[in-house]
Amino acid sequence: MNTFLTLLIAVAVCVPLGWVFRAGMQSVTSNAQKWRDMPLSVAWGYVLGAGILAWLAYTYYLAVTAERTPVDTYFFFRNAVHGFVIFAVAAWAFRLLGRHVGTEGTKKLFRSMPVTASFGILVILLYAIVSIFAGAIAPFGQEEVLANANVVPGGNPAVGGDPAYPLGTDQIGRDILSRLIYGAQNTVGIAFVTTLLAFFIGGSLGFLAATLQGTLDQVISRGVDVLMAIPALIFALLLMTIATVWANELGVNRTYFMVVIIAVIDSTRVFRLARAVGLNIVVMDYIEAAKLRGEGLGYLIFKEILPNATAPLLAEFGLRFCFVFLTIASLSFLGVGIQPPLADWGTMVKDLAQFINFAAFAPQVASAPLLAAGAIALLTVAVNFVVDWMLHKSSGLKE
Amino acid sequence: MGSILRIIAQRLALGLLTLLIVSIVIFVSVNALPGDFAQAILGQGATPEAVEAFREDLGLNRPFLERYFTWLWDAVRLDFGTAFSQAQFAEFAGGAAGTGLGTVAEMLGPRFSNTMFLAGVTAVIAVPLSLMIGVLAALFRNSIFDRAANITTLTSISSPEFFLAYVLILLLAVMNPLLPSLSVINNDMSFSEALKVTLLPALTLTLVVTAHMMRMTRAAIINLLASPYIEMARLKGVSPMRVIVKHALPNALAPIINVIALNLAYLITGVVVIEVVFVYPGIGQLFVDAVKNRDIPVVQACCLIFAAAYILLNLTADIMSIISNPRLRHPK
Repeated sequence: MNTFLTLLIAVAVCVPLGWVFRAGMQSVTSNAQKWRDMPLSVAWGYVLGAGILAWLAYTYYLAVTAERTPVDTYFFFRNAVHGFVIFAVAAWAFRLLGRHVGTEGTKKLFRSMPVTASFGILVILLYAIVSIFAGAIAPFGQEEVLANANVVPGGNPAVGGDPAYPLGTDQIGRDILSRLIYGAQNTVGIAFVTTLLAFFIGGSLGFLAATLQGTLDQVISRGVDVLMAIPALIFALLLMTIATVWANELGVNRTYFMVVIIAVIDSTRVFRLARAVGLNIVVMDYIEAAKLRGEGLGYLIFKEILPNATAPLLAEFGLRFCFVFLTIASLSFLGVGIQPPLADWGTMVKDLAQFINFAAFAPQVASAPLLAAGAIALLTVAVNFVVDWMLHKSSGLKE
Repeated sequence: MGSILRIIAQRLALGLLTLLIVSIVIFVSVNALPGDFAQAILGQGATPEAVEAFREDLGLNRPFLERYFTWLWDAVRLDFGTAFSQAQFAEFAGGAAGTGLGTVAEMLGPRFSNTMFLAGVTAVIAVPLSLMIGVLAALFRNSIFDRAANITTLTSISSPEFFLAYVLILLLAVMNPLLPSLSVINNDMSFSEALKVTLLPALTLTLVVTAHMMRMTRAAIINLLASPYIEMARLKGVSPMRVIVKHALPNALAPIINVIALNLAYLITGVVVIEVVFVYPGIGQLFVDAVKNRDIPVVQACCLIFAAAYILLNLTADIMSIISNPRLRHPK
């Protein structure tokens, strides 16, 4: 309650400070228009923002100078600030690089790019590299059980770390860094394949429905309506119950079932978009011309409709990938997704989650589950930043 | 007035029809188990006699359609059968039929109200908050505040729920022990105690849904700012805040209400993961446990409840947007 009261008072104090700030700026700039017309609420916002920045800077100063033993209270704050600054500088440098290196087209692209989008592209590239070369980067195998279990992250022998395992090992002695790196391959790879499958099913059915219309269109559309009336995660959980039994019965890895189930559930959303986009295209004159030429259905769909529908489908692909990726992570987190011992971030969060409760005594210990969850969040945030920028660019929204 | 009632009746009938078809989908997919329940539950080591007795018990040897209609009729009367995990226990306690012990309905009842409580607390925090931030972002569009709000909400919308949950647990429960990290709720808790326990999961859900509602509010208002009557109000000398609150907001209400209802529907899915993280005794947690233990009657019942709530909220969104839009209210 005290914390809440202090916060409230601090926010209230910013109001007179804002008034003073505005009056000061008015007299300094001899009543320039910007300051003369500024409402008190905006001045308050500036002071509040400055106050928050000052508080962050002060806490960071404390975090850097504070003694780190025995319990490092500022561990998370310091690392969060470092991570934020490193990524911001890297994204900015990446954009600068893109503006001066490459073809005329890419240079132009980078010039119109906000920092958030260049951050997104940088992160996506990083993930792609890590997931492709996981085998070469990871120091240990993903299923390799090492001699030392429960090594604390940080590599400091004084508090139970080991320089050989920079992020420590889990309860049965698997290297967490290696599992994180292999997780990029498994989690991202499986999500990517699932999204491709969903687009293949939903896209071809959607274009087919748009081109042929009639009974087929009605049947598929009503079927999709029914499937969409059940929340996606709930439906996935229901089908995974059955798939797990089948997987045991047939001796197949249940991950294959999961890929198909999520692809089918997500293809309903793709179908909706592909059909809507397709319906707009089939009424065009060039489709009529192609039909009169006597072109077949395959030619119509792949040579006439698909090239004209790539832009909206590409943006949708980014968003769908995020949804699929998050659904798979959630299923794995709930314990019915990707089957162990494959390293996967959702399962890692579930297995390591209990360490969060030790954060008050040894903050390093709690970083392992957060790293796995953060790896998921970082990729989805990056993809969303890029898609946001693409949509903004293509819609031409200025305000 | 009469036309509104007719529209609502039409939509309700359509919703019921959808629910009926969804129930068929659920029943058919559950019946796609290899062999049947009996084999799946008792395992491969079960003797044929045991499986036969179990089938007899559950009525599995009756024809498919008869089973479906029995199940549906029972579900309509809120009788979801006996949970497999409780079946033995109920028999020891003197028969499932007599005491009602171990029936799915008995398990669902208190958990349903807990989940509703969690969703309610979230809605009470999230709806005003997102409306406020959305209006402010529209007012100060393209300013630092707008961009900061945009980046923050985009980040929270795209992070997995459990990441946000663990970050909040770390900050508010472990590093600064303000709120409990586990939600233990029982019937003798007072309202304020229950609220305190529910606050952390509710805050996490708020982070998840606020982003979407705020972005849609901002977009809906900004969409209207180019209209002539807004221009007129501006030329009249009305202050920017008043332009937005008095002139733009009422006309943007239809899409905003729609988004709020859709997000409340989204809460239903989000609740599953959050309840597992916080060990919150709601339907979501029961559902996940049932999925892991293959407790088919519970899975069926939970699925049906989730789907019904989802359809109902989507229906509300539909009806609300018709009521708030005269052009849809009086179709030509």
